[in-house]
Amino acid sequence: MSQAASSAALAPSNEAAPKRRGGLTPSYWPFVVPALAVVVATILAPWAFTLWMSVSEWKVGEGQHFVGLENFLHLLSDRRFGQSVRTTLIYTGLSVVAPLLLGTLSALLFNRKLPCRGLLRGIFVMPMMATPVAIALVWTMMFHPQLGVLNYLLSLIGIEPQDWVFSPDTVIPSLVLVETWQWTPLVMLIVLGGLASLPQDPYEAAEIDGASAWQRFRYLTLPMIMPFLLVAATIRMIDALKSFDIIYAITQGGPGTASETTNLYLYSVAFSYSNVGYGSAIAVVFFALIVALSLLLLQLRRSSGRMAGLE
Amino acid sequence: MTWSSTPTRRGFVAASGLGLAGLATARAASAQLVSDIKRYAGTTIEVNLIKSPRGETLQKYEKEFEALTGIKVNSEQTPEQQQRQKITIELSSGKPSFDVAHVSFHVQKRQFEKGGWLADLSGYIANPALTPPNFWDDFAEAGKTFAMDGTKVGALPFSVDYWIIYYNKELFAKKNLTYPATFEELVSTAEALNDPKAQISGFVARGIKNANTPVWTSLMLGWDMYAVDGSGKLMTETPEAIAAAGLYQRLMTKAAPRGVTGFNWSECQSAFLQGRIGMWLDGVGFAPPLEDPDKSRVVGKVGYGVMPKGPKAHASGTFGDGIGVAAASTKKEAAYLYCQWAISKQMGARLLQAGGGVPFRNSVLEDPEVRRGVTMPAAWLDAVVGSGKISRLALPVVIPVTEFRDVYGIALTNMLSGADPAAELRSATADFQPILARSEKT
Repeated sequence: MSQAASSAALAPSNEAAPKRRGGLTPSYWPFVVPALAVVVATILAPWAFTLWMSVSEWKVGEGQHFVGLENFLHLLSDRRFGQSVRTTLIYTGLSVVAPLLLGTLSALLFNRKLPCRGLLRGIFVMPMMATPVAIALVWTMMFHPQLGVLNYLLSLIGIEPQDWVFSPDTVIPSLVLVETWQWTPLVMLIVLGGLASLPQDPYEAAEIDGASAWQRFRYLTLPMIMPFLLVAATIRMIDALKSFDIIYAITQGGPGTASETTNLYLYSVAFSYSNVGYGSAIAVVFFALIVALSLLLLQLRRSSGRMAGLE
Repeated sequence: MTWSSTPTRRGFVAASGLGLAGLATARAASAQLVSDIKRYAGTTIEVNLIKSPRGETLQKYEKEFEALTGIKVNSEQTPEQQQRQKITIELSSGKPSFDVAHVSFHVQKRQFEKGGWLADLSGYIANPALTPPNFWDDFAEAGKTFAMDGTKVGALPFSVDYWIIYYNKELFAKKNLTYPATFEELVSTAEALNDPKAQISGFVARGIKNANTPVWTSLMLGWDMYAVDGSGKLMTETPEAIAAAGLYQRLMTKAAPRGVTGFNWSECQSAFLQGRIGMWLDGVGFAPPLEDPDKSRVVGKVGYGVMPKGPKAHASGTFGDGIGVAAASTKKEAAYLYCQWAISKQMGARLLQAGGGVPFRNSVLEDPEVRRGVTMPAAWLDAVVGSGKISRLALPVVIPVTEFRDVYGIALTNMLSGADPAAELRSATADFQPILARSEKT
């Protein structure tokens, strides 16, 4: 084979190459179709249907008719919905902050060279692997005012027994305790990954300059692990916002509506009261809330990444 | 009459209601059924049951039904709350995955009637080829009230749950107290039994929202008042309703264990099992664990009392289950035979004797042989029979029963934190009124 023929064979032929449109070769479209069909069937179609239901009055067993924005306007005067949003925000705030603080502290601890460090890390991450409903059942027993082990432990140190999840005043902190116990290890793992990736040069320079341990943490470690903390905060926030299983299994939103998050209220409206239309409107608003908060955290992460020079 | 473990056609007929009618009648009727009982052999039916002692009893003996009729049964049990949602959604879809459904009358009656989701069984009941004569006469009035919508029968009455007071006889004896006869005595006795230092509470009932509403409506019956009157008007702001809420608040704040706002029946039962509760108001069906030495510290010490008399009436709150055939089922006759078997005398006797439920059929409760086989103490059965005489439906027969229980349940929970009963009921009624009005309009 001549060199010319060989070159011609290897060179891309303008005639044989399919025309590009918008950067994507048209003949590749059939390969995209299966994935596209799955996305449309499992994500877009249910969402379009939810949007349609949210502008309809539709109770299970009754007719469906278009009501425009009536369901959304009703949300504005629905006291229980308003309270559920407040409860959700408080619960989420506490469920992000507490694991974040404890997770960072434990990451700093496990970053040191401790004896049996691997074993201790393994034990520490175990709550994360447990099934939420199983966790909820165990904690429900532990919270029991008369029979629970928590009040027994308090009595050993002379503290009055508490009502835990059985009182409107203490139910949210008690649920956050469960959430913190389960998800602090996740934050610890993320931050530990961040700590392992930090350069050592700035620390050596700081030590030469006589910086204290606190100053090294405050002005070096914290800014450099901030992007990791924000990733952890975003994951925790989304997880806490959509938390359902643990709250439902422990309190079912009670006492009264003291621990009823928007998720639980949505569930009651759609499945217990069979009011699918109104439930869908709650789902749409709730989705918008999650997206808004996620975008906010994403923006914060970008800013901190730029500040730390990691982006 | 004996309860044979081997199923026979005659046994089925007798168990279905002819046992007391005599052998000659039974033979005559069995001759009618003999030709029909296997008519649907080879059919397979799907049965959806509530996870409960009732559901378990049916599953345990369903092979007998299969052997008797040749009908294959595929049954499943689902936890109560989820089962209610599941059958509502499936029935409303018009294509349920089951032929037979276990129905909670006190929650679903009106909704199912309005939806027309269950087959009208009145034709089958009147059909001598499928049903023995006088079958319908054997049911208690409360059961018929639950089951009927005009002349239609939506489901066969399966099991009734009367609310009684379980009491710890040992604690009563220590304080030299007797079982209360009136609501006033109920309060004074509960407060006399209450001893927080000894971790003893005088009274307990459900405090968690939704589950607590029947406690209040049961107390309201003592004032001769229903939550919704015959014309569909809410009576939840009346002086009687407020007085009942005040009684609930007093009992639950002055004599109940700490944390009672989060108690459902299971927490109440746990506390009672530990011997730390003087009186517990709830359904008769929760009794078996109290007499189980593996679970209870109060075996042999439990008293079973009929609800004390209220200021205006003596009434026991009544709730009930039914078993019906999906209107969309294509195997209605076979499914109906299963329903009939499920509420037969034999199955009712088994349920009663195990303490897992109380059948609606009078012939079961009145049969001395059945009574002799009851494993629960005689006082329990006396309380059941006594409650049956004063039974009244405790929840309103409306479509949005769940919303009713939730809205008023929240108000009752707020009362346990010190809120004023009248103000809470006013607010709850303002919230629920439009829901009720809308439900009847569409």
